[in-house]
Amino acid sequence: MSTSIVGWTQSRKRRGLTAQERAAIVFVAPLMILLLVYWIIPSLASLFYSLTNYSVVLPSKWVGLENYSRLAGDVLFWKSLKNSAYFTIGNIPFTMAIGLALAIAVNGALVGRNFFRIVFYLPGVTSTIALSMVWLWLFDPHFGLLNAFLKLLGLPPQQWLQSTSQAMPSIVLMSVWGSVGGTMIIYLAGLQGIPVQLYEAAEVDGATKWQQFRYITLPSLQPVTLYVLVTSIIGSFQIFGPIYAMTDGGPAFATTTIVHQIYINGFRYFHMGYAAAQSWVLFVLLLGLSIINLRLQVFGFIQD
Amino acid sequence: MAVTAMAARRPAPRRAKRMPLGHYLGRALLYLVLIAGGLSMLIPFLWMIFTSFKPRQEIFKMPPVIWTTRYTVEHYVVAITRGKFDIYFKNSFIVSGATTLLTLFITSLAGYAFARLRWRGREVVFLIVLGTAMLPGLIALIPTFLIVKATPLAGGNDILGRGGTGWLDSYPGLILPAVGGGFNVFLIRQFFSTLPKELEDAARVDGCGEFGIFSRIIIPLSKPVLAVVALFTFQGSWNDFLWPLVIVQSDRMRTIQLGLTLFRSQHNVEWGVLMAGTTLATAPTVALFLAAQRYFVRGIALTGIKG
Repeated sequence: MSTSIVGWTQSRKRRGLTAQERAAIVFVAPLMILLLVYWIIPSLASLFYSLTNYSVVLPSKWVGLENYSRLAGDVLFWKSLKNSAYFTIGNIPFTMAIGLALAIAVNGALVGRNFFRIVFYLPGVTSTIALSMVWLWLFDPHFGLLNAFLKLLGLPPQQWLQSTSQAMPSIVLMSVWGSVGGTMIIYLAGLQGIPVQLYEAAEVDGATKWQQFRYITLPSLQPVTLYVLVTSIIGSFQIFGPIYAMTDGGPAFATTTIVHQIYINGFRYFHMGYAAAQSWVLFVLLLGLSIINLRLQVFGFIQD
Repeated sequence: MAVTAMAARRPAPRRAKRMPLGHYLGRALLYLVLIAGGLSMLIPFLWMIFTSFKPRQEIFKMPPVIWTTRYTVEHYVVAITRGKFDIYFKNSFIVSGATTLLTLFITSLAGYAFARLRWRGREVVFLIVLGTAMLPGLIALIPTFLIVKATPLAGGNDILGRGGTGWLDSYPGLILPAVGGGFNVFLIRQFFSTLPKELEDAARVDGCGEFGIFSRIIIPLSKPVLAVVALFTFQGSWNDFLWPLVIVQSDRMRTIQLGLTLFRSQHNVEWGVLMAGTTLATAPTVALFLAAQRYFVRGIALTGIKG
């Protein structure tokens, strides 16, 4: 400690910048250049583009708030907002409830505990595109495993992704299947942070398992639940991969979501100004949640 | 604390002896549910693998053929010869590998400056870095595309970045915008802050420079956090889809995730070949997870534990 302070004052007299300050500039520069060029400038620029009719091929013109007023009357944009909300609301309660139940189940003494943890988290390390391909095959109305299974149970075959009413529920089903493992792992870390003495005390006081869950587990997990909820909403609202890979928004726009609309407008029609306006609407919608999310991550939500 | 002390005086109820039947029924039910849940997780993966090794005629059978007796690698051969999955796999490997190595180097350098060096503006710059972790990637998508397209002196561009395609459809365009990550810097800084200060003071007295302290003292002590950052970066990059989708235009640069969606849209879906490609796209991250699962679990917990 003392040596570094001595070095600090001595070199400051000589050159204005201390040795540590010069080193810090060099060490931080690569990161800051990348962040500036690929994150900070683009984020600000997208606000600018959202006020133009930029389209790659034609010279762009300042259009003020025109993109935003056009958005308000864009039937497809409203439909995509509704679909994104549908997906979010359909998927989160199941993912969180099942994830918590699995976490409690694999937290206790259990034969094959590690095996179950690994198996449930397996979809979590797989790409959403690969999972989409597998589920596309499972959902196939003619030769898919799901309809074969229904037949085995004596139930009629379903159209799954090819029906306007079943397409989104099908994607929700796949998504719940794919995300319960990740939720389980986070809850597991939360469960392991709850002091064992709380349960011991409750046990001695004659509390039932349900009472222990209701009055110890759930309240202790509240910060974890908030974190899972916030990250799930942020993630679900931005669903794109499965939509692009499985239905491309169809049938009849039944599964088009906000990010799908942004992609189509920006990179199929090259209406980049308009797409930038759409992404700003999404950003503002999620801003509050993103701030909560960052606070939770930085200040911690699991007792260590 | 008082509660525990008071409670400890009472004798513990002997519940296990009172209702053994209910206890065992409960355990049986738990295993039943876990096994059913585990099967529903595994079956889609197993079905993917089975389909990829099954002869074409058996794929289109109802009810499905579960165990085939005639395993074949024909779908893998087609995936490589006609689907170019060998190129896609190689591209994904190059992009994910380079993204991981560059991210490790750049974020740990910055983490060192934030954790161990004294300089004016440190807190402010760190807050800016953290702030970028909060931005949804989507907001920057379109301008980042335009910036990559306008990279000076690349892809036929002039010095002002005009006239060509810049780094679109290239390795640097796929890699560089994905390098970094505010939250990686945060994790690494937290870890570096916990290392004892005496180590580097001794090194400084011996005339060791900052890069020497960083590379010879701090990095070797930080393998756990670096492993976590490396694993999650590799996995994220391997599985990334939207950014490659936006900037890749040719077969030469296509990543494996793009290859899958292309194959599905181009051909009259050949499930055997598609499942062979999907198996290839799944294998590396699953293998990595199985080999290093404790780092994955620790990494997920790390994002939530107060640093």
